[in-house]
Amino acid sequence: MDLKLQSLTKSIWVFHAACSPCNNCDIEILDLLTPRYDVERFGMVLVGSVRHADALLVTGVPNYKTAERIKKLYAQASKPCLVVAIGNCACGRIMFRESYNSPCNLDEIIPVDVYIPGCPPKPEAMIAGIVKLISKIKGVR
Amino acid sequence: MLKIIFNYLIFPGFLFSAFLGLMTSWLDRKITARIQWRKGPVWYQNFVDILKLFYKEIIIPTQAKLSFTLSPFLGLGAVTIVATILGRLLISPNESFLGDLIVVIYLLAIPAIAFILGASSCGNPLASVGASREIKMLLGYELPFILSILVVIIKAHSIKFNEIINQQMVSGSYIFSFSGAIAFLVAFLCAQAKLGFVPFDVSEAEQEIMGGVLIEYSGLLLAIFKLMRAILFYIMPILLIVLFMGKDLTLGFLILKYLLLVILVTLFKNTNPRLRIEQVLKFFWGYLSSLGIIAIILALLGL
Repeated sequence: MDLKLQSLTKSIWVFHAACSPCNNCDIEILDLLTPRYDVERFGMVLVGSVRHADALLVTGVPNYKTAERIKKLYAQASKPCLVVAIGNCACGRIMFRESYNSPCNLDEIIPVDVYIPGCPPKPEAMIAGIVKLISKIKGVR
Repeated sequence: MLKIIFNYLIFPGFLFSAFLGLMTSWLDRKITARIQWRKGPVWYQNFVDILKLFYKEIIIPTQAKLSFTLSPFLGLGAVTIVATILGRLLISPNESFLGDLIVVIYLLAIPAIAFILGASSCGNPLASVGASREIKMLLGYELPFILSILVVIIKAHSIKFNEIINQQMVSGSYIFSFSGAIAFLVAFLCAQAKLGFVPFDVSEAEQEIMGGVLIEYSGLLLAIFKLMRAILFYIMPILLIVLFMGKDLTLGFLILKYLLLVILVTLFKNTNPRLRIEQVLKFFWGYLSSLGIIAIILALLGL
């Protein structure tokens, strides 16, 4: 067993990076962290500072202002740091694709490890996405 | 010489107390989870967290000074020495030296000083807000904490742990006298503030100043601060037991009292909202200090 991989996947501290969302995905993320779904069973804790984070939960469409911020935020995180795109907007900008204030996709700014589509995605969908992410890191098919 | 190194690094010292401290932190998390009607983390969760932080990148801000890197080690060293003194005391009480109570009081102020040093040298404005709050907290809780320990000193006529324990074995635990009970209450609340737990966690309030004093720390340095907190969580109940409930210190009773205190701390943490900094200062300087002075007067009257 690889100790490094084990410890990284058993204790994922998440940082909630709202990148100009409409707040629906944020409310669903809060639902994910409440006692009903209890992700602390798997060692996932919400942290306040990006320096402590192992995963960035990014929601929303990057616009001209937040695109720079999300890039800086990713640079400030201590590596290895994963990026989880939550919601249709973060996955591929859907109806904001031709919008005047949206320069590019999220994955053109920072490397995204897992996409969780949905508008907003349910907490169950997020847990399924994180499970897929962990098995992807471990190299299991 | 080899025995001293063994004492400091392995048995009552670093490794042993780190293990027990992380287990106590797990107990705290598990009880919190059960109170909130959920399952909670597995027992090795804190060990995994520390191990993971060892593998992460250490980021040192460009404005940071040398004290940013050194202060976690300062804090960890201080709590390790306290853990060793208390551990040796419980194993063989005769090794106690004159004034070890005073040494422990001084060393217990160092973790807060380590937080202040580290946070104020990293150049982050939120960290400096956290550091200033930590300074105010330190000024706030040290006074009632020392007042409550003064009650023990007056009752035992000694500043040696050994004689404090012997006195309690002869005449019963101090917590069962009037002044002792009040002093225990004061010391318990000060211990809560020293641990940085919820009613008094203004210095690292995650929702308002994003981790406060810990905001710029990552990787190994953060792991060392977490370890320091864990060891502190293990030594504060032990200190309270030695000072106020020292009648029966056989292993079974020791573990029972320890678990009781940890559960009390956790329940107090889970049932109270965070106070603002001026409320904390009012609480410690107003109510608790007056309670401490009343306890001292009662102790001088012999109650």
